[in-house]
Amino acid sequence: MRSRQIGAILLSAAALAGSLAACGNSGPKSALQKAKDDKKLTIGVKYDQPGLGLKKPDGTVEGFDVDVAKYIAKELGVPESGITWKEARSANRETFLQQGQVDMIVATYSITEARKPKVTFGGPLYIAHQDTLVRADDTSITSLDSLKGKRICQVTGSNSWKNIAEGTNKENKKVDVQLVPAGAYEECVTKLKGNAIDAVTTDDTILAGFAKREGGALKVTGAPFTDEKYGVGLKKGDKETCDAVNKAIVKMYQDGTMQKIFDTHFSGTGLKFTATGAPPAEGCS
Amino acid sequence: MESLFDFSPLVQEFGTILTGFWSTIRLTLMSGLLALILGTILVAMRVSPTPVLRAAGTFYVNILRNTPLTLVLLLCALGLSDTLQLTLSSDSPTNYYWWAVLGLSAYTASFVCEALRAGMNTVPAGQAEAARAIGLTFLQSLRLVVLPQAFRSVIAPLGSILIALTKNTTIVIVAGYIEASAVMKQMFDDYGGTLPIFLGFAVGYMVLTLPTGFFFGWLAKRLAVSR
Repeated sequence: MRSRQIGAILLSAAALAGSLAACGNSGPKSALQKAKDDKKLTIGVKYDQPGLGLKKPDGTVEGFDVDVAKYIAKELGVPESGITWKEARSANRETFLQQGQVDMIVATYSITEARKPKVTFGGPLYIAHQDTLVRADDTSITSLDSLKGKRICQVTGSNSWKNIAEGTNKENKKVDVQLVPAGAYEECVTKLKGNAIDAVTTDDTILAGFAKREGGALKVTGAPFTDEKYGVGLKKGDKETCDAVNKAIVKMYQDGTMQKIFDTHFSGTGLKFTATGAPPAEGCS
Repeated sequence: MESLFDFSPLVQEFGTILTGFWSTIRLTLMSGLLALILGTILVAMRVSPTPVLRAAGTFYVNILRNTPLTLVLLLCALGLSDTLQLTLSSDSPTNYYWWAVLGLSAYTASFVCEALRAGMNTVPAGQAEAARAIGLTFLQSLRLVVLPQAFRSVIAPLGSILIALTKNTTIVIVAGYIEASAVMKQMFDDYGGTLPIFLGFAVGYMVLTLPTGFFFGWLAKRLAVSR
């Protein structure tokens, strides 16, 4: 009896080790190769960002990033039915790509120097700007300077507040603001409506999504102070897929699809589509 | 693979991490103290001879003990502080600190109350009867006879409640106050979610909770009521 139990444990351990090894072997195939061979891709998007990537109660996902991802996948030869969506949170994006749990990530993923050693970026697919969201009747905040002494939201797991408080913005200006911590941008919006803070600051695309949902109560200031190059995150070193993604992005701007996707999600929020063509590619590395 | 075992972020951000844990300690100690006081008042209500007080105590404990802590804290911060604008201090961090403490202690008090009530059951009924027979009032018999023995028999469970409270502080970011786990979340964004950061914080919490456990175990043995 005893020996049979031990045998069972050993057997299951061996099976576990075997399945782990199998996981490790599927690594080297590039995302492009996978798209061509299997007509399938796993794409990471946000599930909690209105306007960009939002999972609806019926299980489908919608948003700007989602539509862009669908277009790029189509250009790589994968139909919509072949896409498996996966939630990409800010904290797990690098790990997901390194381990091959997703083939690409389109989730307000800014191309930064700090991330480049870990991730190969296709794109930028869009250049967003950091802006502020204020109450519609607030006329005191018009620029970066006017934020001095104001209460702004500090969301843990997001770097937007640092661009103001630590001066990593276009004007290299450190603004003395009062930081009010919150767990998510969702909570910031409640605080803003309740007068507990004066401004929510992050990418204008994210702010526009909230402004649209809240109707006329909140507005985007329209005084941008950073460039956030949204990229398509790929496994480090996957140049082949990166080139294909860049081609898809250029085409998406040329045939007017980008404008269409943008209007679907951001019309009526004060956010304007100004791009005349695809943003200059960062180069695949 | 190398980046998976890179402990350097923990060294670089050591100061910030310590500040985070200091906030955790401040939250835990203040909430623990308030919860102990409130829990004792609640248990007195629950065993009192007045039906209204008993009902109120039971109602409070059943509501708070069965509501998720996240909801309690969200109600405090987003509901009472932000939407109804009941501020406890004009300084924003102080305001959110006290709301977080109030939420945590209101929640934990219900557990303290129930632990104490269990402790009272270890006191033989004859003692309470004898106390009343020699003319002590209800409050006097509670204060002089029943509660001291009840406390001494539930020191170990109270220690467990304090440990749970320490770990419960990890969600006070929803109440707008930054403690260790919020620092960890921020580091996950800055450095990517890696194992060393996670391990570092796990060890940090154990440094707080393990000694608490040992101390209360030792105290429980030392103060045990011998019958």
